[in-house]
Amino acid sequence: MLVWFEDNVALLFLALLDGTVTAFVLALIALGLSLVFGVMRVVNVAHGEFFMLGAVLAWACFHFTGNMPLLGFLLALIVAPVLVGGLAMLSDRFILHRIQYNPESTIVATIGLLYIIQQLVLSFFGPEARPVEAPIYFRVQFPWFGYSGYKLIVAVLSGFLLLLTWFLMVRSKLGLYMRATQQDAEIAQTFGVPTRSVYSKVFAIGAGLAALAGVLVVPIRQADYLMGLEPLLLSFIVVIIGGLGSLRGTLVAAFIVGISDGFISVFYEPTLAKMLATVLVAAVLIVKPTGLFGEEPG
Amino acid sequence: MEGKEKKPEQSVKNKSQISRRSLFGTTAAVAGAGVLASNLTDPIVRSAYAAGSDAPIRIGFQVHRTGIGATYGKWYERTTNAAAKYINEHGGMGGRPVEIVPEDDGTDPKRGADVVEKFATQHKVDFVYGTLFSHVVMGSSPRAGELKIPYFVVSEGYHVASGALNRYVFQPCITDVRSQISAMSGWIFNNLGKKMTLIYPDYAFGYNHRDYASAAAEKHGAKISAKLAIPPTASSFTRYFAKIPKDTEVIYHVMVGPGVLTFVREMGEHFGSNRPEIFGFIDSLEGVALDSPGLDFLNGTYFWEAMPRYADGYPTHGEKVYRNAVGVNANGASKSDSKDVSTYSHMFGCWETLFAIKEAVEQSGYRDKRDYANLIETFEGFQGFNEGIAHPQGSKMFSGKSHQCYGQQFISKVENSKFDVVHRTSIEDGYYEPETDYTKLPL
Repeated sequence: MLVWFEDNVALLFLALLDGTVTAFVLALIALGLSLVFGVMRVVNVAHGEFFMLGAVLAWACFHFTGNMPLLGFLLALIVAPVLVGGLAMLSDRFILHRIQYNPESTIVATIGLLYIIQQLVLSFFGPEARPVEAPIYFRVQFPWFGYSGYKLIVAVLSGFLLLLTWFLMVRSKLGLYMRATQQDAEIAQTFGVPTRSVYSKVFAIGAGLAALAGVLVVPIRQADYLMGLEPLLLSFIVVIIGGLGSLRGTLVAAFIVGISDGFISVFYEPTLAKMLATVLVAAVLIVKPTGLFGEEPG
Repeated sequence: MEGKEKKPEQSVKNKSQISRRSLFGTTAAVAGAGVLASNLTDPIVRSAYAAGSDAPIRIGFQVHRTGIGATYGKWYERTTNAAAKYINEHGGMGGRPVEIVPEDDGTDPKRGADVVEKFATQHKVDFVYGTLFSHVVMGSSPRAGELKIPYFVVSEGYHVASGALNRYVFQPCITDVRSQISAMSGWIFNNLGKKMTLIYPDYAFGYNHRDYASAAAEKHGAKISAKLAIPPTASSFTRYFAKIPKDTEVIYHVMVGPGVLTFVREMGEHFGSNRPEIFGFIDSLEGVALDSPGLDFLNGTYFWEAMPRYADGYPTHGEKVYRNAVGVNANGASKSDSKDVSTYSHMFGCWETLFAIKEAVEQSGYRDKRDYANLIETFEGFQGFNEGIAHPQGSKMFSGKSHQCYGQQFISKVENSKFDVVHRTSIEDGYYEPETDYTKLPL
């Protein structure tokens, strides 16, 4: 056993690194989805597209600032979540609210939103994948291989954003309203919580988090109009395993899925890692349908 | 630069056609009488006979406008339009203008088959052409065979020549992977190293590379220490680099799809300056500028090019005319946008294939779809194509049996973020005996 460890130290370390970066980014994306479901009881199938929009807007910001990638990055960190959050708010007001947040209707409506966003990006951005320069480019040399310094920064920044969101949830008035609405929307309303505006804001925050993840990730891989599909699938897996409506569950599940994805991808195949994640969802749904940390309904 | 020169003769070499000419002559006489006698008959028949004059030859262009092949599709379309324009400015095909009818197949095999059907039944084009990605070729070609419409492929996979397709499918002006590897493997194993790791996409095109590189290794006494298959939609590759054996002397990589820049960048991050020799196929970098950030580690590595991206790589007259006509500058990028780098080692196939179709149309006296058999047999009689404006990549040898051509290849070294050609193979270096004979099949 020890011999195997020695032989495979490099692979193990790489799996840990890659898995950690994946886990942090996944947590950020899935958190948005989980928030939206927890508070609004809405399944947002277009969530991956908000991620993609963040990446595409980041490309636009980099393009706009020309030879100064750091400036482009900082600009994107502000512009992307604001614009995507704004779009989300409008979608909530004009689409989701109109259909009264009916469960089946919102799924269909958000699927429609997915297609509209995807095709609009295809029409204006184009079909090709476009690279974005990292704001800071440096290489970290480990004993066995080199690794992108920027990827490590992504993990740190994602962690920071997660902390910020947690802070918002437990310390701010909006956070209080969100938690109240999540527990029981009707009672919250009788207590004077402005649920309608809370819904809009939550949808915007969820979309904004996904967009921020897109901005962070785009220098690692290129921006293309189809990049939202895989994060959508993975974030659904994470939210279901963690338990619908439980933020803690989402975070824990993101780390389980992210780190295991790292290990299985490195030692076996990435496709196998995705398959196992899907099987895990099935297992959770059979054994504990509300997920690891989910609350019983009612 | 090494290589052998070929003397340019007539543009096309082919077998004797005496019997075909006299048959055509008789048919034309009868047809002529028929035209005079039947002015008021079926409009389709009438326009078909009138098609000896100015009715355009309509070519259905199956293009990867969207999907993972979109970058190639964009350049294929520009090259196709440039070739059609050039042909039309110089007399058309047998006096008839060429009309290109494009349809997007989304780089998807199923959509490809639908598009072929649309071309044959709705657009009613004369020929279909232009597919690149080999899984789409495999998905679309059978439909062309069922609908009995000639289908010209501009891909690199070893599919047409393998005998897996049908007699209506041709790949006349772009070489296949088997031929490319045969041509270059000797140079690679003798100059770069004998312990090789293969990195290739996990589908048909990638398997061609895996299989023929493995066969070539055996032939040259070299060893393949690892074979890493990567899903074409992969967006991160670090996990694969960790699996490369420590004693690898040369890495062989060929990557396609939107992740290629990330692949190259991550390879650089992984190895740093302590790297084995690296030989890549230009597919990994088509459409990507060599001076992109993170690519400087490519300096000192080698690449296969089908047609040198930089103008000084193969500066013949035909090459200059072609480069100018398709709007590419001396660095291989668009003249109107120097950041828009072309897919120079693939798109020439479009230009040359259109000219090959022109040559077949003119040689066979093609008028309309009733002449398909005649056209196909004429094509099968071609021995090759001579270098020139019509075939700027270089002369080709063509096998009527396998419907596949052979040609020269280039090996370039990256120096100062630019390609320098260091070796040019001969057509014979890439020759292999055809393993199939489509001419034996009925039409």
